[in-house]
Amino acid sequence: MLAASDLRKGLKIQIDGQPYIITHFEFSKPGKGQALYRCKMRNMITGNQFSQTYRSNEKFEKPALEERKMQFLYNQGEEYHFMDTESFEQTFLSKEQLGDNVNFLQDNMELDVLFFDEKPIDVTLPIFVSLLVTVADPWAKGDTSGSDTKPVTVETGYGLQVPPFVVEGDRIQIDTRTGAYVTRVKD
Amino acid sequence: MLDQKRLHQRAAFFQAIRRFFHTHGFLEVDTPIRQPLVIPEQNIIPIPSGTCFLQSSPEMYMKRLLAAGCEKIYQICRCFRYGEHGRLHREEFVMLEWYRLDADYTSLMEDCVKLLQFIHSEIVACSFPVSLHEGWEKLTVEEAFQRYCSISSGTALEQGRFDVLLVENIEPYLGRQTPTILYDYPLELASLARPKNDSSKVAERFELYVAGVELANGFSELTDSEQQRSRFAEEYRKMDKFHRRSEKMPELFLQDIGKINQAAGIAMGLDRLFMLCAGEVSLDGAVTFQPEDLDM
Repeated sequence: MLAASDLRKGLKIQIDGQPYIITHFEFSKPGKGQALYRCKMRNMITGNQFSQTYRSNEKFEKPALEERKMQFLYNQGEEYHFMDTESFEQTFLSKEQLGDNVNFLQDNMELDVLFFDEKPIDVTLPIFVSLLVTVADPWAKGDTSGSDTKPVTVETGYGLQVPPFVVEGDRIQIDTRTGAYVTRVKD
Repeated sequence: MLDQKRLHQRAAFFQAIRRFFHTHGFLEVDTPIRQPLVIPEQNIIPIPSGTCFLQSSPEMYMKRLLAAGCEKIYQICRCFRYGEHGRLHREEFVMLEWYRLDADYTSLMEDCVKLLQFIHSEIVACSFPVSLHEGWEKLTVEEAFQRYCSISSGTALEQGRFDVLLVENIEPYLGRQTPTILYDYPLELASLARPKNDSSKVAERFELYVAGVELANGFSELTDSEQQRSRFAEEYRKMDKFHRRSEKMPELFLQDIGKINQAAGIAMGLDRLFMLCAGEVSLDGAVTFQPEDLDM
C-alpha cells in the first residue's frame, strides 16, 4: 500500500481497478491546516485525465504493472505482435494502443512492453531508432518555401522534415520522444 | 545548489532582516531547538531527535521569554516538520518569529508592512511580484469565503471543506495587486490565539499572503492558562492515534503565559520570503541545497 505522503509526480497508483500515472503534483498545507496532496492523473489504459485532492489519511494500491523485454515481430492489420525474449510467449497490442509508437517499430526491434494485470497496455521504445529513407524528393534549389528542410518518408511510412542532403536509401536517426530527425547514420 | 550571485543575495537578505529588527529595538534571542515536549498541534508532525523532538516552531520558548519580562524579541532559526515537501515546503526551513509585549495583532500587521518595504528597499535587484507601497488588501476569513466560495466559513468548517476551499478557491486570489492580510480565523483553527472578544467565535489571528503564497501567521496571544490547557486537550483529542505522542501538558509554559498581560507574536517563513524577493516561484531557486543535492 502507498500513503498520501508517497504521492509525487510520476508515481503510478491504482484507482477503481485502473492504473493511473500522476502527471502534476502539488503539496499544500494552509497555516495550521491539514496537508493536502493535489494530483492530476492520467489513466494509463484510456488516457483520460482527472484531478483529485487527497488528504494524509488516504491509502492507495500499487497497480500490478510489469515491464517485459520483448521483440516486435510483425503487424497484421491493426494488430501488432510481440514476443517475450525470455519465455518466447507472444502477445499483441492494437494500433490505437500504440499511438504514435507505430511510426518507429521495426521488425525484430527490442523494446519494453508494459503489462497491467497480465494484459499488455503500452510500450517503451528506445529513445533513438535508425530508419531507412524510402521516399525523398531531390531538393530544389531556390525552393520558394525558404526553409532549409524537406519532407521525406521512412520505411514505416512515417513522414518528417530532414536537411536537404538526405537522399533515398540513407539511414537516419530519429528521436522517438519527439519524432524529430537527429542525424544521418553512416553505414 | 544556489549559484554565487544568489548566495550573496540570500546573505544580504538575512542581514537586512537583522538590521530591521535591530533598528526597531528588538532583542535577538535563541531558544532550544531540541525540545522534550512540543506544543500539541493536530496537523504538525514533529521529527524525533534522540529523546527529544526537533522544534516545529520556537513559539513556546519565545512566550516564556515574554513572561520573563522581554518586551520586543525576535529569532531566526531552523524549524522541522515531518512529511512536508513540495514547491513551497521543506521538512527543514528557516523561520523568523517576533513578539511584542502589550500589543495585539494589529501591531504585527503594521510590522509586516514596514518589514517588507524595508527588505524591498535594501535588497539589490529585489523583484517582489506585487506593489508594497499602496494600501494592502485586508480581508476577513468570512469575507474571503463569501467572496470566492459563496459559502460561510462556518459551513465550510462543518462540512470538513475549509482547508480544501482555502487552498483551491481562495489562496490563488490572495496577494495579487498588493499583499493580502487574511484575518479573524475561526476559533477552532487558532489554538494559541486570543478570541476577538469573550463570546466571539473568531480569534485574533491573521495570515499574510503575497502572490498566492502564505508568508506569515500572527496572532494576539492567548494568555489565559486554563483556556490554553483546554485548547491543548482539544488538539490532542483531534490528533490521529498514530501521531499522538503523549497527552502531557507543557506545565511550565502554561504557568508562564498566565503572567503575561497582553502580547502578540508572528512566524514568517524566510525561505519563502526570499523566494519572492528573488523573483522565483519555487523554493528550488531560494534554498541553498535541494534535497536531491544531499548525499544518500
